[in-house]
Amino acid sequence: MVQVSMTVNGRASSGEVEGRTLLSSFLRDDLSLTGTHVGCDTSQCGACVVHVNGEAIKACTMLAAEADGAEVTTIEGMANADGSLNVIQQAFQDHHGLQCGFCTPGMVMSAAALLKENPEPSETEVRDYLEGNLCRCTGYHNIVKAIMAASGQDVSSIAAE
Amino acid sequence: MYNFDVERPGTVADAAAAMGREDAQALGGGQTLIPTLKQRLASPSVLVSLTGIAEMAGVCTTDDGQVAIGGATTHGAVARDAASLYPGLAGLASHIGDPAVRNRGTIGGSLANNDPSACYPAAALGSGATIITNTRSIAADDYFQGMFTTALEEGEIITEVRFPVPEVSDYQKFVQPASRFALVGVFVAKYAGGVRVAVTGASNDGVFRWSEAEAALSSDFSADAVKGLSLSGDNMISDLHGTGAYRAHLVGVMTGRAVTNAA
Repeated sequence: MVQVSMTVNGRASSGEVEGRTLLSSFLRDDLSLTGTHVGCDTSQCGACVVHVNGEAIKACTMLAAEADGAEVTTIEGMANADGSLNVIQQAFQDHHGLQCGFCTPGMVMSAAALLKENPEPSETEVRDYLEGNLCRCTGYHNIVKAIMAASGQDVSSIAAE
Repeated sequence: MYNFDVERPGTVADAAAAMGREDAQALGGGQTLIPTLKQRLASPSVLVSLTGIAEMAGVCTTDDGQVAIGGATTHGAVARDAASLYPGLAGLASHIGDPAVRNRGTIGGSLANNDPSACYPAAALGSGATIITNTRSIAADDYFQGMFTTALEEGEIITEVRFPVPEVSDYQKFVQPASRFALVGVFVAKYAGGVRVAVTGASNDGVFRWSEAEAALSSDFSADAVKGLSLSGDNMISDLHGTGAYRAHLVGVMTGRAVTNAA
């Protein structure tokens, strides 16, 4: 067992983990932050995307021990300070960017990473960026639309209602 | 996963020492190794994480004009930081996996694994790069020795990769739609001394140079120059995604596209 300490959503967090403990397991099982979903456990689906030191990564494919000392942000850290939905979360609600909601935490975390590096992405850039985030309900149209809307762009001409 | 210890050395020297432990395995970004461990296809007793070694991360230019990339540099960092130095290489890095994978996966990890469908081996072989380890330098032509096989000795760590920068270059990947690995990928680089063409995803022997195309392109750098050439599909990977003959045909098509895009 090794002792790990990291800052999660602005709060100092620590625990004892095995070498093989995944960051996703540490977040979910030790810190009870179950918003980070584990869909495939094979690095394909992106439901477990969190930010480590500001970069989007798949928490099921990183060891908790490797996140020792890191700044981690999960979906639980995304809402505004007053608890209201942030601009991306609100856009997902406004534009029906989710159905079952399983992939949504990863989608929101990926969208936030995209908008940080590219504040006004084109529709193609949004779709490319979501290559590692699978949604089996929506067909992606409204997710793309929500992310475009969250970036402040006019989405009235984007396909699918 | 079977359990293991994790070591996080801060220097190459400490990493090399840790690799001396019994059944030690180097861990780059883990984007291949961790899924492999989950399937219990490997059971190291200790993983030596290389991503915390500052001297192994980053992109710079050497005195003789080569682009040097630390072994622990992520694909995302190469895509960003090599864009103006070596656009063909940065372009290749920017299409590996997906954004989250590119934020973890490293060039050293990819080259050490030498997956027959990985992108980076094509860039290293197609550029005549030098693989630098904690003990020696290895020319790319000597480094790749078949599917998942390299010149690396037990415990050897890729600390840096040096790329001579070509006049023009391009990488074209025909993606396998589920895995996003290369069904066939071709890296073309035009140097003053001639053209190099490296092919990934196709051969049962892993990445290889297509010498007929190199000769044709060295005298006439145009897509037309490779139109009449054909490769045999006999030793090509054949699976449900494509036969050997299909892959052999794709090599020609992707080479032509890479030349057109580079020129």
